[in-house]
Amino acid sequence: MSSGLLEVKDLHAAYGATQVLHGIDFGLQGGRITAILGANGAGKTTTLRAICQMVRTSGSALFDGQQLVGRPTEEVVRLGVAHVPDGRGTFTALSVDENLRLGAHVRRDRDRVAQDIEKMYSRFPRLGERRHQQAGTLSGGEQQMLAISRALMLRPKLLLLDEPSFGLAPKIVAEIFRILRSINTDDGVSMLLVEQNAQLALELADRAYLLETGRVALSGSSRDLMADESVRRTYLGV
Amino acid sequence: MDAFLHQIFSGLANGCIYGSIALALVMIYQATHHLNFAQGEMATFSTFIAWALIQKGLPYWVAFSVTFGISFAAGLVIQRVILRPVEKAPVLTNVNVFIGLLLIFNACSGWFFDHTVKAFPSPFAQEGLLKTQFFSAHEFGSFLVMLTVLLALYAFFRFTPIGLAMRAAAQNPESARLVGIRVSWMLAVGWGLAAAIGAVAGMMVAPVVFLDPNMMSGILLYGFAAALLGGVDNPWGAVIGGLIVGVLENLLGAYVIGTELKLTVALVLIVGTLTLMPAGLFGKHVVTRV
Amino acid sequence: MSAAPDPSSADRKSRLLWIGLVVVLVAAMVLPFLVKNYRVFQFNLVLVYAIAILGLNILTGFNGQISLGHGAFYAIGAYAAAVLMDRFGMPYWATLPFSGLLCFVLGFLMGFPALRLAGHYLAVATLALALAIPQLLKYKHLENYTGGVQGIVLVKPDPPFTFRFLDQPLNADRWLYFFTLAVTVVMFLLAWNLLRGRVGRALIAIRDHPIAAAVMGINLPAFKSLTFGVSAAFTGVAGALGAVVIAFVSPDSFLLPLSIFLLVGVVVGGLASIPGAFFGAIFIQFVPNIADEMSKSAPQAIYGVLLIILMYLLPTGVMGMVRKLWARWQPGAARLRVNARPGTSVPVSPDLTKESTT
Repeated sequence: MSSGLLEVKDLHAAYGATQVLHGIDFGLQGGRITAILGANGAGKTTTLRAICQMVRTSGSALFDGQQLVGRPTEEVVRLGVAHVPDGRGTFTALSVDENLRLGAHVRRDRDRVAQDIEKMYSRFPRLGERRHQQAGTLSGGEQQMLAISRALMLRPKLLLLDEPSFGLAPKIVAEIFRILRSINTDDGVSMLLVEQNAQLALELADRAYLLETGRVALSGSSRDLMADESVRRTYLGV
Repeated sequence: MDAFLHQIFSGLANGCIYGSIALALVMIYQATHHLNFAQGEMATFSTFIAWALIQKGLPYWVAFSVTFGISFAAGLVIQRVILRPVEKAPVLTNVNVFIGLLLIFNACSGWFFDHTVKAFPSPFAQEGLLKTQFFSAHEFGSFLVMLTVLLALYAFFRFTPIGLAMRAAAQNPESARLVGIRVSWMLAVGWGLAAAIGAVAGMMVAPVVFLDPNMMSGILLYGFAAALLGGVDNPWGAVIGGLIVGVLENLLGAYVIGTELKLTVALVLIVGTLTLMPAGLFGKHVVTRV
Repeated sequence: MSAAPDPSSADRKSRLLWIGLVVVLVAAMVLPFLVKNYRVFQFNLVLVYAIAILGLNILTGFNGQISLGHGAFYAIGAYAAAVLMDRFGMPYWATLPFSGLLCFVLGFLMGFPALRLAGHYLAVATLALALAIPQLLKYKHLENYTGGVQGIVLVKPDPPFTFRFLDQPLNADRWLYFFTLAVTVVMFLLAWNLLRGRVGRALIAIRDHPIAAAVMGINLPAFKSLTFGVSAAFTGVAGALGAVVIAFVSPDSFLLPLSIFLLVGVVVGGLASIPGAFFGAIFIQFVPNIADEMSKSAPQAIYGVLLIILMYLLPTGVMGMVRKLWARWQPGAARLRVNARPGTSVPVSPDLTKESTT
């Protein structure tokens, strides 16, 4: 059995009385990118929220050997998991700079934090130009960059991304995905990516899992999935 | 002209008190997005504790500090124990809990310390350094105390990591958790601070209006009005709102409508202002994407 | 998920409901003869408060506009009735429509500034109203009409006929009980009729998603002001009824605590619930008495503790709990109902991160 960074077994999740995940298994190796695909309502967002313990979960989710199920969200974060939620989750009333500082809330190394903030501004110049601006006034693409940067301020071992392409123009999406690739190869950050845009996701990820109504329907390397007939027809429109 | 000036300055002095209650309300609002109706009664109870400590022989500023500390701790405990169970409940349920707290504190003030009116000492010597032409020593002293509190708070929220975390936790608790902020504790600290500030306001007010369980009722209303007038998310606005309300109250009472209706007219004016400027004079109009 | 509702079970349920209501009504009619006079008086007040709380619930529970000032409408309704009876000799039963109409107009007017204010700001604006009215009623220059600080003393109406039932006479309080009960039934039927159709759904839409509601063509300003008016009218009628039942009005009867307790009643009974108003009224009428009996020195503290405990146990009010139990008892109910229960997200507090729309 490969000991991956993240190992999820028999994960169930529910919102109140409504069961959404019916026991899914998947894994992620350190330094790799894994995609979770599926149609609307398949449970992709819920999977990420379940890892962060933002919904009622049962089952097992081992991160770096530590059990996540049953921990409060704040503790999961402290283990090194950063989540970029759907809708960005930016603190709209605070400035760009304040958002980034908050990303480093759990860190103790103040000077390295300041360095990291400058690094974010050089990676995303548009954020640097707006550093004292209220985050709510940023465009969709800029907010997505801010959300990703804030998550990276944690220096996470694992980055969870929920539909980073949502509502953005293709050019901006391409830029963001290019940056995600470089974050993975240069900084070695592992990523779990939820995407409706299967093409983009499969191009970025090494491995992918296909969810259907709360269960894993298909899994494999992205190359294999891209070649799969049913996937091509249903999700790639080919 | 002298009388007019006197009304203004006296209004400013009162305004300081309203401002500090408004500040406590804004504090809790920034941390929790709730307006704490029990603020006045908690402040009164804290002032009674200070009074009891002074009666026992403690020097003023020692009693002041101890009361500050006890109030902070009490506020924190109240949030953790009494308010946490209804954190996820609808807003009006929380309002009912505040009302319950209000009644409990008011009743306990009367029960533990009885209902007779008491004198509360002022730490600012009447004929000492602080006396100026237009303000009494106590009025000027209270102003300085309040200014100090305000500056400390501003610095706390603006420049410290925990202040930033508290603001984030209030605005967006879910995102706050995602950066590792322990949101529940932030709320608790917010309550602690507000309780402590309320205690300071109570100790500044008591020498002027004398100490009894209902000391704060009228003042709390003016405090609310001041907080909203200034913009409920703006500490500076709270203070300026307080000053405006103080002066307005005095001028209305002396020149326009007499003391009976001055509360009514003051509030009507404030409501009118809010109708024209719904976020208050200095409130932030935060824009979000729909 | 079945598509068509099950007609026979729906019929059965509504028939059970009507039978239940009839039973309750019959019990209510026998009740005054089973208890002493003072209890009957207290029951009258419960019914009066129920109407007042229902009025406030229409505005706050169904429409999401918070009001800390409904005591003012209650007071205006009470004083209108008192003045009409005392100075103009109007019979008691005729004053109710007048009070209702007057309060409707005033409430409607209050609706206009309310459009610009939301949540806490509206709360303070209505608070100003609650404080202003008693002060105005005490105002020297209006004394000729209002009786000033002394108030107005009224005469309790005699019952139009007499009889004995279960060895108790039909005296003034008992007669007023039946009168009040009749008015209560009428008002509740009115509310039920008003709220169950498109109007009710529009109110709830405005409360939960004002922008979406406006986009769908609901005229927000008109609806919200009308709701204010109707809500005030209900509470005004309650006030008039209260004046008749107590046979006395004075400015000090209508201070801020009244407005606060009406709001407490709304939450205890359950937001956006018509039957909840009764539970709220029972709470605010009887729990202070219980608190008095439990502690001579700090009854208020007991009241506060009981209120807080109740909020822990029933955060969505009595009817909120009833609805939850009912839902659990009827899993997968086939009939789709409009979710009248307000969500746990904030219905009335302004999220200042959202642009101030109303």
